[in-house]
Amino acid sequence: MKPRQAAWLFVAPALLAIAVFFVVPVAAALVMSGTDFDIYALADLRNVRFIWLDNYLQLLQRPLFWQALLNTLFFVVVGVPLSVAVSLVAALLLNSPLALFKGFHRTALFVPVVATLAAVAVTWRFLLHTRYGLLNYGLSSLGFSPIDWLGNPRWAMPAIMLLSVWKNFGYNMIILLAGLQAIPGEQYEAARLDGAGPLAVLRHITIPALGPMLLMVSILTMAAHFQLFAEPYMMTQGGPAQRTVTVLYLMYEEGFKWWSLGTGSAVAFVLFLFMFGFTVLQVTVSRRWGTA
Amino acid sequence: MGREGEVASELLGAFERENPGLRVRVEQLPFTAAHEKLLTAYAGDATPDIAQMGNTWLPEFVALDAVVPLDDRLRASAQVDLADFDPGIVATNVIEGRQYGVPWYVDTRVLFYRRDLLAQAGFDAPPRDWDEWLRMQVAVKQRVGPDRYAVLLPLNEYEQLVALWLQQGEPLLRDGNRFGNFRSAGFAHALEFYLSMFERHLAPPVTNNDVANVWNEFARGYFSFFITGPWQIGELKRRLPPELQSSWMTAPLPGPHGPGASSAGGCSLAIFRRSTRMDAAWKLVEFLSRPAVQQEFYRLSGNLPARRSAWAAPALAHDPYARAFRDQLDRVRPIPQVPEWERIATELRLVMEMVVRGDIPKARVAQEMDARADLILEKRRWMLERRAHR
Repeated sequence: MKPRQAAWLFVAPALLAIAVFFVVPVAAALVMSGTDFDIYALADLRNVRFIWLDNYLQLLQRPLFWQALLNTLFFVVVGVPLSVAVSLVAALLLNSPLALFKGFHRTALFVPVVATLAAVAVTWRFLLHTRYGLLNYGLSSLGFSPIDWLGNPRWAMPAIMLLSVWKNFGYNMIILLAGLQAIPGEQYEAARLDGAGPLAVLRHITIPALGPMLLMVSILTMAAHFQLFAEPYMMTQGGPAQRTVTVLYLMYEEGFKWWSLGTGSAVAFVLFLFMFGFTVLQVTVSRRWGTA
Repeated sequence: MGREGEVASELLGAFERENPGLRVRVEQLPFTAAHEKLLTAYAGDATPDIAQMGNTWLPEFVALDAVVPLDDRLRASAQVDLADFDPGIVATNVIEGRQYGVPWYVDTRVLFYRRDLLAQAGFDAPPRDWDEWLRMQVAVKQRVGPDRYAVLLPLNEYEQLVALWLQQGEPLLRDGNRFGNFRSAGFAHALEFYLSMFERHLAPPVTNNDVANVWNEFARGYFSFFITGPWQIGELKRRLPPELQSSWMTAPLPGPHGPGASSAGGCSLAIFRRSTRMDAAWKLVEFLSRPAVQQEFYRLSGNLPARRSAWAAPALAHDPYARAFRDQLDRVRPIPQVPEWERIATELRLVMEMVVRGDIPKARVAQEMDARADLILEKRRWMLERRAHR
């Protein structure tokens, strides 16, 4: 057996699994997005009509689609930097030589990541309650008027963002912490000898050294943020006034609530295009920074 | 499903003793996931023999040809007589002239109200028509001030508005359920009344999410009226403090002129086409439809029996809270029996929320809703047309 054949033989099981569980379903979904596959089609395949790009064109004409896209982009554009920044700050604090009980704090900050979202959602609904919530209690004791977090169309998405950042920052924090610990101490020492202040150290040593980590963390976080679904599903069911309907939530409603699998698949491909575009953008931007 | 799933196994002991050859395996599903699960079961060729099915889901499963008509079995049955069921409820299981389910328990929406708050506002009986109801709401609102309200109409539910529309006696969809009927006088009338409760600040512009705990708020007097179903009787008995137990009551839904209609809900028993044990499944339907078993089911779950003769049980006949439901059940009307209705009603709820929040003007609702409904019904029209040409 030639090495070439042997190589194919070795990767064959993995390729087969990828083909069956990934390539075939994706291809089927692509075909489906060109049909009006729905509950009637489930009963009898003769009820399927091929409508080519109609699903996509109709989607572009639906205000709800644009609303969902806007909601998602808002969540990505504001949420990703916020989430990464909070992770970075937490990692820096944990890595600081002044921090006490590091093990305890690391665990405590990581706990939300492993907590069940269903339980967290219940707790946060109480925290965010307009009249009895702790958050509004705090605000009113500072002299602000209470905010209807989950009932006001303007505040619902920020409230979801707050929950999401709290729930997920621990994961990135651990990755960044590992990156921080890998930075050699000599660099800090040298910087300090050169008279650099803490901010200069952060800007010229810590951040550049963390560069690749930050890029990876932000790509992963962005991918996760584009797929926001569980939080609005648990907290608001897309309301109020559909301000927390995300693209993925729209896909779920179309596909699994209304069983319009054709439209649902079309939404999925539009989401794919957006995520692909954003990732290319991120990689390009970071490459340019890297060479500069 | 839900609580019914839990108590079903208790009921079925007697059935298995009567039929030594038969064993019933009960699969419990939470109500929120049941519909999706049944559809997935259909797609995956794993449907049960028999299932409890929401009356509103039945058209969908008929469209899928997943359930069988029961007309022949009903005609031959000595035990199940549909004349002993409420006609409005039975009608929800009739699709294109055939009976696809036997009602198991019934559900309709009535008015729940605070007697004490109403008495303080100067009324000693619940409202019978819209005008009277509105007068009471205004009086209650005047007493409770700006932070509390008269009625709760959650913005994430469409049932209240749909019930008010059903009272008008016109079809909700027209031309054989091919188009929306929102540009009708009846809808305009119901819409006007519904929205007036928000415009006059009698109803808070909130969803159930914002209310968080509806029983606490009812106890606090955040609202004095709400429109809901029979499951709340048990909840209120359990959750309201003892000193408030004599202060709440149920009443039939007020109509435009005197007691009005309400929606016909509840669950029916349906048999799946892929079942290989249809005869045994039918036996179970007959068993669960017996008045005595229905009474036992009420005792265990609090679900109101579909069978009229089961209402003779002392527990039901003497329950003051159930009386309004018995009365209302004589005036229930089915919602359109098409799979698309649930989606159309959801669109209605979303549009209502936008109107109450001031995003779109009231005058545009009918046109907007007809456009949305017609789009959703497009496939149905195409199917009907194709069938006519064949």
